[in-house]
Amino acid sequence: MRLSHSSGNHRDVRRSRVAGRIPWVLTVPAAAGLLFLVLPLAGLLLRAPWPTLLPRLAEPNVLEALRLSLVTATIATAVCIVLGVPLAWVLARAEFPGRRIVRALVTVPLVLPPVVGGVALLLVLGRRGVVGQWLDSAFGITLPFTTAGVMVAEAFVAMPFLVISVEGALRAADLRYEEAAATLGASRWTIFRRVTLPLVAPGVAAGAVLCWARALGEFGATITFAGNFPGQTQTMPLAVYLALETDPEAAIVLSLVLLAVSIAILASLRDRWVNSP
Amino acid sequence: MSLNAHLVVERSAFRLDITLSVADGEVVALLGPNGAGKTTALRALAGLTPMTGGSLTLDGRDLTRVPVEKRAVGMVFQDYLLFPHLSALDNVAFGPRCRGASKSQARRTAQALLDRVGLTDQASSPPGRLSGGQAQRVALARALAVKPRLLLLDEPLAALDAHTRLEVRAGLRRHLAAFTGATVLVTHDPLDAMVLADRIIVIEGGHTVQEGAPAEVARRPRTDYVAKLVGLNLYRGEAEGHRVRVGELVFSVTEEIDGPVFVAFPPASVALFRSRPDGSPRNLWEARIDGVERHGDNVRVHLEGPVSVSADITQAALAELDLQLGQQVWASVKATETHAYPA
Repeated sequence: MRLSHSSGNHRDVRRSRVAGRIPWVLTVPAAAGLLFLVLPLAGLLLRAPWPTLLPRLAEPNVLEALRLSLVTATIATAVCIVLGVPLAWVLARAEFPGRRIVRALVTVPLVLPPVVGGVALLLVLGRRGVVGQWLDSAFGITLPFTTAGVMVAEAFVAMPFLVISVEGALRAADLRYEEAAATLGASRWTIFRRVTLPLVAPGVAAGAVLCWARALGEFGATITFAGNFPGQTQTMPLAVYLALETDPEAAIVLSLVLLAVSIAILASLRDRWVNSP
Repeated sequence: MSLNAHLVVERSAFRLDITLSVADGEVVALLGPNGAGKTTALRALAGLTPMTGGSLTLDGRDLTRVPVEKRAVGMVFQDYLLFPHLSALDNVAFGPRCRGASKSQARRTAQALLDRVGLTDQASSPPGRLSGGQAQRVALARALAVKPRLLLLDEPLAALDAHTRLEVRAGLRRHLAAFTGATVLVTHDPLDAMVLADRIIVIEGGHTVQEGAPAEVARRPRTDYVAKLVGLNLYRGEAEGHRVRVGELVFSVTEEIDGPVFVAFPPASVALFRSRPDGSPRNLWEARIDGVERHGDNVRVHLEGPVSVSADITQAALAELDLQLGQQVWASVKATETHAYPA
């Protein structure tokens, strides 16, 4: 390495010599940890029925589950954007008592076991639930055990990802651009639409991708709230679980698809999440 | 008068309280040190900082309670704040669009303004690809695009390097001269104020301490801050005829004047001697050298004594006099070089 006089490089040099020296004790658990994370994925690839992969992917029940997953995850993400971006704005910008509590509440689904989320959704939106009862009698809408219910479950679990990402972007955005827009005669709505939103667009995009990935992989809340009906509520993760008992190869194929999607998401977010120091 | 304002903004440990009148076509500079309240005043005029008192009328219309987006005010921010996601043209077209112009109409207005500030070719450039001087001109065009009756400029040249500054200052002066509404600009650079403004209002600690034409402010500073800015030694004293008593020192001045006065003279008019000069020139006193520093082509010597004085001498004189820090010297200034005026 060529020594340069910039302070940044000096820091690198020092780091590689002293600060970066690994205590040997750490290397064994570090390697074991890596192995633990990578080995199952490798196993998936090793056991994959490569020769019959394409025909299996083309099977109607696989395609059905895949289609259902993509459609529900996308619509759930759209719902999250429509509701989550305004919520993030309020959390980032509005001053009101109890804001910290509201933020904590928003992040609850993030740590809540998804099954509990599903139970909670059933209690509120179920046919006998507080809101569900009213939805049924007033509009004839029933959510549990329907495709719409799948989207509700997915949105419930995935929305915090979007809200947190967008709120962070809003907090980091320079408010003075909005002031500049106001001096040019922009109304609050115009400022939001033409200045704030474009400025935080990368944050919204990252949040939406995370949100979509979470919705796509949703299992616990979905199976609890929406059940497991092929073509209606059986999404990919549910199909994987079911196939594992009857047709393990099909489970592997479905898992591979989800793995490919996950890696694609990771690749699309690499600048924002993976390369962070 | 186009703009009449009495701006009062109170914060925990700060109170801004200034009155301000600006005629159509007039350019007024608010000059003052950091924290004096200049930018607060500008933001109050724009409606970005709420006034806690006072009033504001523009062309006879009361704007005191009018929200920022409904005021006919154009503002150029210190670091321009061009929207990074819009091209130069769309930045300029933003205002007209907000005020109800159609897309094509707004773009035509924007293109005409970019032509006027000499940026015809940069219309499609994103702000990130513009030089500092170009960004400044786009920001000016954007502010003018809403056809404001009041133009506000916050440190319009502060973000530029010395070379660009010269050029942009000349351009800005032309554009301000062509603007028919009232202009208020904020700066801490006396040169910007002198070149760009028809009138200077000096603000210190939230209050107006001096107001006048640039030449008047430069010639007759009324506070140490202004005196330092325009490069004059300034003292406050009691005058009686041609004599002004400043502490234990008595200055002879050319003006016949009585009562409390200011005495000002440029550092270059101070002569230094190693020993008491022959004869008895007036305005002579003994002082100790407190500091020596380069000042342009000359050397600025700081003297402590009955009054604290800056003296500019040539490098040759410094060598010839062989001056050392802490040395006692004699300083004198000719009566004809001093200027006394009522305090």
